[in-house]
Amino acid sequence: MNILYFLVGCSVLMALIFLGAFVWAYKTGQNDDTHTPGIRILFDDDIVGEKSEEDHFSS
Amino acid sequence: MEDQNKNMIKAVCYHCGEDLPKVKYQIDDKEFCCAGCLGVFKILSDNNLCNYYVYNNNPGQQLKSESHLEYLDEPKIITQLLDYRHESSSIITFYIPAIHCSSCIWLLEHLYKIDPAIFSSRIDFLKRQVTINFNHEGISLRKLVETLNHIGYEPLISLQDVVKEHKNSVDKALVLKIAVAGFCMGNVMLFSFPEYFGLSSFEKQFQSLFGWLNLAFSIPVAFYCGRDYSTSAITSIKHKHINLDTPLALIIAVLFLRTAFEVIFSLGPGFADTLTGLVFLLLMGKYLKQRTYHHISFNRDYRSYFPIAVTTLLNGKEKPVSINEINVGDRLWIRNGELVPADSILMKGDAWMDMSFVTGESQPVHKVLGEIIYAGGRQTSEAIELEVIKPVSQSYLTELWNKDNYKNNSDRQNFNDSVAKYFSIGVFIIAFSATAYWLFKNDSHKAWSAFTAVIIVACPCVLALSTPFTLSAILSVMDKKGFYVKNTDAVEELAKCDTIIFDKTGTLTSSENAEIRFSGALNQDESIIVASLLRNSTHPLSRHILKALNVDQYYSLTDYQEVIGKGLTAVISNHNIYAGHLSMLPIGIQADSETGVHIVIDRSYKGYFEIKHQWRLGLAQLILKLQKFSLQVLSGDTDKDFWMLQTIFSNSTIIRFKQSPHQKLNSILELQQGGNKVIMLGDGLNDAGALKQSDFGIAITDNINNFTPGCDAILKGSSLNFLPDFIQLSKDGMKIIKVSFAIAIAYNCIGIYSAVQGTLYPLVAAILMPVSTITIISFTTLATRWYARKNKLI
Repeated sequence: MNILYFLVGCSVLMALIFLGAFVWAYKTGQNDDTHTPGIRILFDDDIVGEKSEEDHFSS
Repeated sequence: MEDQNKNMIKAVCYHCGEDLPKVKYQIDDKEFCCAGCLGVFKILSDNNLCNYYVYNNNPGQQLKSESHLEYLDEPKIITQLLDYRHESSSIITFYIPAIHCSSCIWLLEHLYKIDPAIFSSRIDFLKRQVTINFNHEGISLRKLVETLNHIGYEPLISLQDVVKEHKNSVDKALVLKIAVAGFCMGNVMLFSFPEYFGLSSFEKQFQSLFGWLNLAFSIPVAFYCGRDYSTSAITSIKHKHINLDTPLALIIAVLFLRTAFEVIFSLGPGFADTLTGLVFLLLMGKYLKQRTYHHISFNRDYRSYFPIAVTTLLNGKEKPVSINEINVGDRLWIRNGELVPADSILMKGDAWMDMSFVTGESQPVHKVLGEIIYAGGRQTSEAIELEVIKPVSQSYLTELWNKDNYKNNSDRQNFNDSVAKYFSIGVFIIAFSATAYWLFKNDSHKAWSAFTAVIIVACPCVLALSTPFTLSAILSVMDKKGFYVKNTDAVEELAKCDTIIFDKTGTLTSSENAEIRFSGALNQDESIIVASLLRNSTHPLSRHILKALNVDQYYSLTDYQEVIGKGLTAVISNHNIYAGHLSMLPIGIQADSETGVHIVIDRSYKGYFEIKHQWRLGLAQLILKLQKFSLQVLSGDTDKDFWMLQTIFSNSTIIRFKQSPHQKLNSILELQQGGNKVIMLGDGLNDAGALKQSDFGIAITDNINNFTPGCDAILKGSSLNFLPDFIQLSKDGMKIIKVSFAIAIAYNCIGIYSAVQGTLYPLVAAILMPVSTITIISFTTLATRWYARKNKLI
């Protein structure tokens, strides 16, 4: 049963990584606007001209 | 069916959805109501942006008159507005009230197609903001704003830059604290499970490991997540009064110390699960309290009505200057439709001031040279020259906000804090008497554990939870009915009120469905003549009348003249026609109305058009329902509607007219000094002081995007009839909170019974706490729904 020590350590470490990921996501403003992206995703792509659309969507 | 659809689509303007006049503007089989809408369509089709019309039907807005944007070329003002400026790129955030649908988002995020110097733009839909990243060498700020204006999305740039004021409704640190507390709670629960179910002998080796882990998880919860409670408790003790945070901080401390003590000396499992669960729930309650509508601004003051810049005259030259830099003695140049930002004296020009912002009086007031013009007035005719006599911050209007008699929000004692005091004292008395009893019995171990157990069990977490849960449930019910309350504390205030004061214009009357009435007679030919004249004007009144006339042909005209804000004249098929204000007409007339658009054709007076404000629907029933309250009407307007109001309200109602903003404020002060709690309903800047002074200020609006003065709640005009139900629901909410207290006290009695005996096992605490919490939360939620249904709000 000594393996439990290792497993407990692993589980706590994993949980900490998830917590860290949440904190990072929150601090970089991912939850600031939860409404608009849901609308934005429904827009169709236009016919792409010489310049790629991508260039204009900075975050 | 398809034909019907076609007809449906044909009947309104392709751009803005307004009804089409009989004579339409057309371009490739699409019909528009005015040249402005057509212009926007042209811009969009030239730039290949017609997808705008794909996502929604008629998504556009009618263009308003042109505004002067010279001030956006002033470097000083530019730096005030920009969020960020780099070598060649700048970032700016605009507040655009017109944003309302997905088409708006699509168009405003494709601005780069209109001007390549705009690098990118992003919308925050709920806040109605657009953040634009542009190359300021390629496009000036002024040009950028003009571009937005041309496509019908005029940014609102005001002195209190709305954009910078907006903060996220929930403080970021709190969410992080909740995350940490939830994380710790989950893990602690996991490691406490073996303890709950009893450990078999060979698992005993893990007991101390789990104990130490639990202690480790409690440290961040006690010292990081629970920090606010201890700081708040210490400050309140310094001020010699007890609030709800005091017992909470004490419990957190006792739980932590006892857990540490038991783990370090291997005496038992400690109370880590109770501690983490408690802090997590408390923070959740706090979160619910803080969550409000961040897309609605409740804290507006005069600065959000004032423009950011004004044109001054320096040696006869016009120069835009930021309003903060205006000094006494400066010469201002105020054009038609612009706001006077500071009290000043009229030096030159013909002033017709629309003072409705300040007094509620809708008719423009004529001012002669040398008269004082108060800040907040809007010029409605030609440009005038003024000399400033008071700085902006000391003007008559702005003094409303700078009064020092406003109630301070900190001395509003909510129900929780008033109960908390007695609660804490009760807990202490029980804890100390239990300790004393066991010490008297010479059992110091039991004395110590009884003391901590009582404090743990008598946790006022119910106090801290039932209120936010109940009130936020009430908030969301009201929210769905178009009544947006600032926060949960305001709901408590609403429940206490006994007096309701109405403003008249815009509150009892509605600005939405005004109807055009013509007093006089026009034959068909004359109607066409009048319409032919009016169609050349962009004034909103002209447009309204044009729509009301509804003619299907126009005559051509010559010698057209428009005196801005006063009227029009032209020669149409050999008739001289005048339309406008009395002072503009060629013959002196004794008309029975000062206001309105008077019509004269060939020196004979035909009558006048006037806008009649409609009373809101169901007003009489509303007043009937509100008979329990003492009612008053304070109007800044003249007493022309006195008899109408008399029939609606009972005879005991006090109705006063011609009230200045300061008089309104003083009436409320008098009532409050008489011990009344006052609800004020108003809509304009002239009610702002009264709204702020009242115990519960409600700003009523027909369009939430419109500007409302600072207040405790915003009410949609269409929901005014629900007002008695809203007030009743808030009262019921206070009842629910009191009942939940009774439930909590019942639980506490069970807990304290075992606690005073010094035999409270962590297991009991661990079960009792969540069970009582779940009971309370489900009770408040269900009870709130039940009352909402009873008040017909669901």
